[in-house]
Amino acid sequence: MRGFWGKALAIAWKDILAEARTKDMVLSMLVFSILVIIVFNFAFESSAEQTAQVAPGVLWVTFTFAGVLGMNRSFVQEKDRGCLEGLMLCPLDRGVIYTGKMLGNFIFMLLVEVIVLPVFSILFNLPLFAPRLVLITVLATLAFSTAGTLFAAIAVNTRARDFMLPILFIPVVVPVIIAAVQASGLALAPGPGEGYWSWLQLIVVFVVIFLAVSFLVFEYVLEE
Amino acid sequence: MTSGNPWAIEAQGLTKLFGPRPALLGVDLRVPRGAFLSVFGPNGAGKSTLIRSLATIMRPTAGKVMLEGLDAARHGGEVRRLLGVVTHQTLLYPDLTAQENLEFYARMYDVPRRRERIAYLADLVGLEGRLDQVVGTLSRGLQQRVALARALLHDPPILLLDEPETGLDPQAQGMLGDLLRRVDGQERTVVMATHSLERGLELGDRLAILVRGRLAYESTKEALNLEALRSTYRHLAAAGE
Ligand SMILES: Nc1ncnc2c1ncn2[C@@H]1O[C@H](COP(=O)(O)OP(=O)(O)OP(=O)(O)O)[C@@H](O)[C@H]1O
Ligand SMILES: [Mg+2]
Repeated sequence: MRGFWGKALAIAWKDILAEARTKDMVLSMLVFSILVIIVFNFAFESSAEQTAQVAPGVLWVTFTFAGVLGMNRSFVQEKDRGCLEGLMLCPLDRGVIYTGKMLGNFIFMLLVEVIVLPVFSILFNLPLFAPRLVLITVLATLAFSTAGTLFAAIAVNTRARDFMLPILFIPVVVPVIIAAVQASGLALAPGPGEGYWSWLQLIVVFVVIFLAVSFLVFEYVLEE
Repeated sequence: MTSGNPWAIEAQGLTKLFGPRPALLGVDLRVPRGAFLSVFGPNGAGKSTLIRSLATIMRPTAGKVMLEGLDAARHGGEVRRLLGVVTHQTLLYPDLTAQENLEFYARMYDVPRRRERIAYLADLVGLEGRLDQVVGTLSRGLQQRVALARALLHDPPILLLDEPETGLDPQAQGMLGDLLRRVDGQERTVVMATHSLERGLELGDRLAILVRGRLAYESTKEALNLEALRSTYRHLAAAGE
């Protein structure tokens, strides 16, 4: 395991460098997210307290599907250009490849969220900066990336790869979506928001489990 | 490495099925250390499948691959460090420059003094002044030169090449032979799949012909000249139709 982190970061970095040139993935996630939020905003023309109730759900539906969009691309690009084979040929622990791709996905999703969150807050008349909302967003995004990277790698080797990722991914991340929606609701509501931390813990447990599972099975996922 | 074992590459009963159709069928192959094996065969004969199975990219349906005495299925990490591979695809990221691609892979292979090594290889494959160009905008032949440099980054003792001459101009094809020799004078073991009987005969000291996934013919170079190779190839290819 020589230089595990150095190599994982190098894998993430080359994704970032390539993305900085093309902006393919981040732009499509961004456009999609903003459109969904705007459409929802029109669809629920409602009172302030109703807004507070639906807003967290809207936010996480948006992030879930934007995540699927981005993570699918990250492996499809790698595969179609033959680069996945190049990576597999390297004398790397498969965990390094997983971690690198996962970090890249995590960073791209965070980047999109940094732009989408303020738009969301303005459109739904919510406080622009809620630290607890930020915390839950970062953690739930990490959870999405851990599971999504594993499933995207599985999906890319199947024939129905375009819809395989959402079919595998969404049922599994339901607990994360529920936890994120509940915790976001508590973070946005006035008051102490009891229960926030237990939702957060649930997400942390999910991350730990998915990291462990991915490290165990990623080797078998990548091979043809 | 394993001094008692003269074989750099050993394949036993190598079989790869795609559905019911075999791409490789019970291929037994032994390549001594330092040898250069040229593999010929018609389109679809299984040359790429053979290279990919030896390279650990593809898991064979049955059979075993040993590289420098190590079972490839069990010692993936160590075995991959021994291999330099060129396939039909360049394995390069089209949105990164040649330099960025090579630096990335050099890091993955723990190549010491990366920049010097890359500069040296770029010079060797004739990429002067092209390193800062985005790979997607390079011509096919220039991309192939980067792919060759990529495979040689860590100066591997074993090279597996699938039609390495793809896209190269005659001059670059001519330098392939020099390129494949090792810097420190140590012998490199090479398996090269090619459609060019001339080139394969010129570079290789052993020759094999694959037909429909079977090793139909094996010989050493001394036993053959180009004419004999041509007629053997034509005969076997026709029999495989
Ligand atoms: N991923 C795959 N799925 C299904 N069949 C495959 C796959 N890869 C190869 N094959 C089949 O395996 C056989 C051998 O293919 P291979 O690519 O090894 O041939 P080749 O000798 O390299 O041919 P060429 O000279 O055209 O490069 C062919 O019949 C091909 O259609
Ligand atoms: Mg081929």
